[in-house]
Amino acid sequence: MSALLGIEFPPISHLIEWPDIFFEGTPFAINKATLIYFAAVVITLAIFFIASRRAQLVPQGVQNVAESSVDFVRDGIIMQTIGPDGMRFLPFLLTMFFFILFINLFEILPFIQFPGNARMAVPFVLALLVWFIYNIVGIVKQGPLHYLKNSTIPPGVPWPMLILIVPIEFISVFIVRPFSLAVRLFANMLAGHLILVTFAVLSAALYAKNITVVILPFPFLLLIALTGFELLVAFLQAFIFTILTAVYIGTSMHPEH
Amino acid sequence: MLRFLAQQEPGELVDGLTALGRGVVYGGAAIGPGIGIGLVVGNAITAMARQPEAAGMVRTTMFLGIAFTEALALFGFVLAFILA
Repeated sequence: MSALLGIEFPPISHLIEWPDIFFEGTPFAINKATLIYFAAVVITLAIFFIASRRAQLVPQGVQNVAESSVDFVRDGIIMQTIGPDGMRFLPFLLTMFFFILFINLFEILPFIQFPGNARMAVPFVLALLVWFIYNIVGIVKQGPLHYLKNSTIPPGVPWPMLILIVPIEFISVFIVRPFSLAVRLFANMLAGHLILVTFAVLSAALYAKNITVVILPFPFLLLIALTGFELLVAFLQAFIFTILTAVYIGTSMHPEH
Repeated sequence: MLRFLAQQEPGELVDGLTALGRGVVYGGAAIGPGIGIGLVVGNAITAMARQPEAAGMVRTTMFLGIAFTEALALFGFVLAFILA
């Protein structure tokens, strides 16, 4: 009865769960999402290996691309948030930026249209890694007790309000930050994927039936526009993840006095 | 006639209420960040118009602010999917 006037939309599990291709049944099973992760690692490594193989003083080609991206991460992300002594995090942030970017870009590649970050595994692990890093940097730089004090007690607050503020700040720094990093990346990619699938299913259904094909151009053009929008979102989410990591590391290294 | 219109399958009420709940969850979660992102971008536009030399830094901070507020709307989106 409910499908009388509507199109059949596939259940959500069909959109994000993929069958195992190799080694099925074991914990090392490989499916489409795992292949996307492997491909992102290989592409990231390949770009920088090829760029540095016969390095010239005046960069050309792949070396130019790699050097521009290093400049972008260094001037746009590290200099703005941590300052000059954050340079030792440049390789980490650069690698993480490209890894997330290439995983996100698989969403709009034809025949592979699936964003690897629409499964919670990779955002969760990356957020956990970032959590460990900014906590360890804070503890090493300031000592554990001072790190805790500087994280939870903002300066210039009268002491009766501290009873309310310290638990809120504690939860905000140690629990909400990694959780929101992971969920932001995951939910953005999942929402983008679902929007593209919705308009694609609508366009396909309109193409099949005879009388309704006259309104087919509208959802199809919107599908094309949304694919362009998803390209922007892929870049933006990788950039936001990286710059928030840099901000968290920066506040661990230089607490506000 | 009334009996025909009022019939329902078993379990249909729960499905309908679940769908309604999902809509309310996401709809309620999207109000605040909508206003918030509008405020952030509006103030960023004002800042860029007052001092065009600072446009780069303002733009970076604007994206940071958008990401923070958008995360709250996305918590609601994810919760709408988790609801059984």
